[in-house]
Amino acid sequence: MSTRWLHPGAWWLWALGLGAAATRTANPLLLGLIVGVVTLVVSARRPQAQWAGAFTVFVRLGLIVIVIRIVFAMLFGVRVGTDLLFTLPSATLPSWMAGVTFGGPVTVEMLVIAAIQGAQLATLLICVGAANSLASPVRLLKALPAGLYHVGVAAVVALSLAPRIMINVRRVMRARRLRGRSTRGLRAAAESAVPVLESSLDDAINLAAAMDTRGYGRMTAAQPAERALQAGLVLVGLTGIALGLFAALGAASWGWLLLVIGLLMATGGIVIAGRRVPRTRYRPDPWNWPETITAGSGILAALAVLAGSTGTISLPLTWPALPPLAVLAILLAAAPALTTPPPPLPWRTA
Amino acid sequence: MIQFDHVSFQHAMSKSPVLHDLNLVIPEGDLTLVIGRTGSGKSTFLNLINGLVPHFTGGTLSGRVIVNGLDTRENPPRDLAGVVGTVGQNPRAGFTTDTVEDELAYTMESLGFTADVMRRRVEETLDLLGLAGLRNRSLDTLSGGEQQRVAIGAALTAGPKILVLDEPTSALDPTAAEEVLAAVSRLVHDLAITVVMAEHRLERVVEFADHVLRIDAWPATLEDPAEAMRDHGLQPPVVRLGQALGWQPLPLSVRSARRQAATLRLAHFDPPAARAGGERVATMQGAGVRFGGIEALRGVDVALRSGQITALMGRNGAGKSTLINLLAGAHRPDRGRVSVDGQDPCGLRGQDLLSRIAYVPQDPTDLFYTDSVAAECAATDRDTGQAPGSALGRLKSLVATVDDDVHPRDLSAGQQLALALAIQLASTPEVVLLDEPTRGLDYPGKVAFAQWLDTLARSGCSVLVATHDVEFVAVIGDRVIVMADGEVVTDADVRTALTSSPAFAPQVQKVLAPLPVLTVEEACAL
Repeated sequence: MSTRWLHPGAWWLWALGLGAAATRTANPLLLGLIVGVVTLVVSARRPQAQWAGAFTVFVRLGLIVIVIRIVFAMLFGVRVGTDLLFTLPSATLPSWMAGVTFGGPVTVEMLVIAAIQGAQLATLLICVGAANSLASPVRLLKALPAGLYHVGVAAVVALSLAPRIMINVRRVMRARRLRGRSTRGLRAAAESAVPVLESSLDDAINLAAAMDTRGYGRMTAAQPAERALQAGLVLVGLTGIALGLFAALGAASWGWLLLVIGLLMATGGIVIAGRRVPRTRYRPDPWNWPETITAGSGILAALAVLAGSTGTISLPLTWPALPPLAVLAILLAAAPALTTPPPPLPWRTA
Repeated sequence: MIQFDHVSFQHAMSKSPVLHDLNLVIPEGDLTLVIGRTGSGKSTFLNLINGLVPHFTGGTLSGRVIVNGLDTRENPPRDLAGVVGTVGQNPRAGFTTDTVEDELAYTMESLGFTADVMRRRVEETLDLLGLAGLRNRSLDTLSGGEQQRVAIGAALTAGPKILVLDEPTSALDPTAAEEVLAAVSRLVHDLAITVVMAEHRLERVVEFADHVLRIDAWPATLEDPAEAMRDHGLQPPVVRLGQALGWQPLPLSVRSARRQAATLRLAHFDPPAARAGGERVATMQGAGVRFGGIEALRGVDVALRSGQITALMGRNGAGKSTLINLLAGAHRPDRGRVSVDGQDPCGLRGQDLLSRIAYVPQDPTDLFYTDSVAAECAATDRDTGQAPGSALGRLKSLVATVDDDVHPRDLSAGQQLALALAIQLASTPEVVLLDEPTRGLDYPGKVAFAQWLDTLARSGCSVLVATHDVEFVAVIGDRVIVMADGEVVTDADVRTALTSSPAFAPQVQKVLAPLPVLTVEEACAL
């Protein structure tokens, strides 16, 4: 198959679909299956680029989340279950904190519930990490509507500055050692902060100047009323999306309504803003069959899991069943590993 | 094309103006070379044309700059983007996309060109600058010269009438610099683009210039290049040679000097011997380093001798910085052995390190962490247990005119280098390692720097300088190591190395070949 970049939107829809599925199921087998499918696709289609390393970072972050969740459950969790493992020393909290427990008996059920809840969040994180390392942030930027472009650039520049800061840290630490000074401890960190920040700031200013001389930020004049309307629509709309998503994932039916209204308002604001940006796009990534299959398989997995799972853990614990519909849909989401074109190699000529 | 009308400019925090009452007109379709000492306002002058000064930098501008009929006071840089194309000092820092093709299209996208025009212009530019073979390459995988050509192409696609280039060849090896300059001269000749270029490395560019603007002369006017070259502070070797020998007209290029040197080439020349050096103070045996999948060094053997200046040369990415990092102990080799004064440099810390190795990185400011020259010197004295004032004394012996209260980042490039040396030479090290030290130095700065290095070598230090500057190597080098693709391809005394390859030959040698003469002083003694 000839190489080309898949539309970044397709990867994001696919990953968010699987991520949504993860937040709606408490079945550890399904969660494991999602992680497996995501890892398979990432290892098959991850390009050779610096940003493609994001996946491993997110996997680590996920593991940390699970550990923190379990530790918190042991210390502050609600004491449920009967299968006692061990007992932590408990403290009596002052009366104004009644209802919060500290320490006490730790049961198998508590740990299992905490691990599953941590795994839900970890799976969502891993899905987001997959999107980050499959879709180039710069190409995603190209696909953004013109009204979001300027904000998007700020976000992408911020993302690209993090690795640059790491490079600067390494350079300054090396220079420090060569001045015969210690490279460990608080004092070393404090003293090298200044040169690191100065050189990172220089990088950012150089980039901003270069972008300015290349026409970034060019806009046609706008009426104050129009500008206010646009800003208002975007702000209220985004708030609506955030609240709506929260409620919808928590299974409140009015959440969906709020989500749709918020989306409409934000879209309106972005369209108004886009009219003032004269940007065009050079050879935009096309949306063809591989894109439809990729995005579709992610959404299908989300729908199948939503239909068949309650998202709650019932006691006493039983070995989870495997709902055949959800399993099939999640397995289908591995299809992009084969159906998508591989990404181009960085040194490919002509 | 570009008109400066009583232009003065003063930075926000400074006490005196950088540019004062500038009155001149830069004609259409010519290449104008802006020269002047470090810190004389060359970059400020260039950024007046693209509007970054004052819109981006702040400061006080008086007078008017009219670019193609547009007043820069009313038009910010983004609105001048279609008229002025700009390439900054470090092209990599200004790239906004991933691949060559997208980078070329970026300005056109911002200005709202239609898809078919963009497609056509990108194809034309790829051909014009010889980039067609690189179109899908990731920008990170390009060499320095390729990056510079992509940056020039990206500035060209939107069809500007003016191209502003800030030191386009300073960071490049000789061959890459030639590629870039050939591309620029093609733009001037074939497309009638007005080019305004600042450059320290006059030996590379002066022959291409139609006019020279000495920015620190008063009044600054456009001069004929041959006239401007009579200024002693700016002469590249070929001009110094012509002037010393009274040649008329004054040669600006190797070619015109060669015509006048026909009789000189018949002279007899006994090359003086370079310093052979003493004992081996640092050695590297079969050293290999891998970064990811790329082999940066493949089995390198090098020995540095005391009392000798060794120049390390080669293309960008050939492995020079990696080799220096190994010697400084900043990296551990994946295979092979490195030893400095009988010790593994990776294990050295504190005083043990300082008394053996002094290292000045490519950007000397990495070494500074306080807010004034005086504080930096005092910290060095404390670290090394020397009497207060020792480091400051060393600094003053290198450059007498340094203000103690200045922030190290605000020093000129030459002063930063001097401060870095003053700090690093506290404990009389055996090996002095310098990575691209002459970048940003003007000719007088280089002469002073060459004297410091010579003094160091005389005192018994082994000096290793990684550099692209063949003229500098011709003056100071005893021995030259040339690297290519992670391997040492030449390790010879300076005369053999610089006369055997046209890419590394200094100007005087090109004029007088086949005589193995390297410097103006040697040529004058013929």
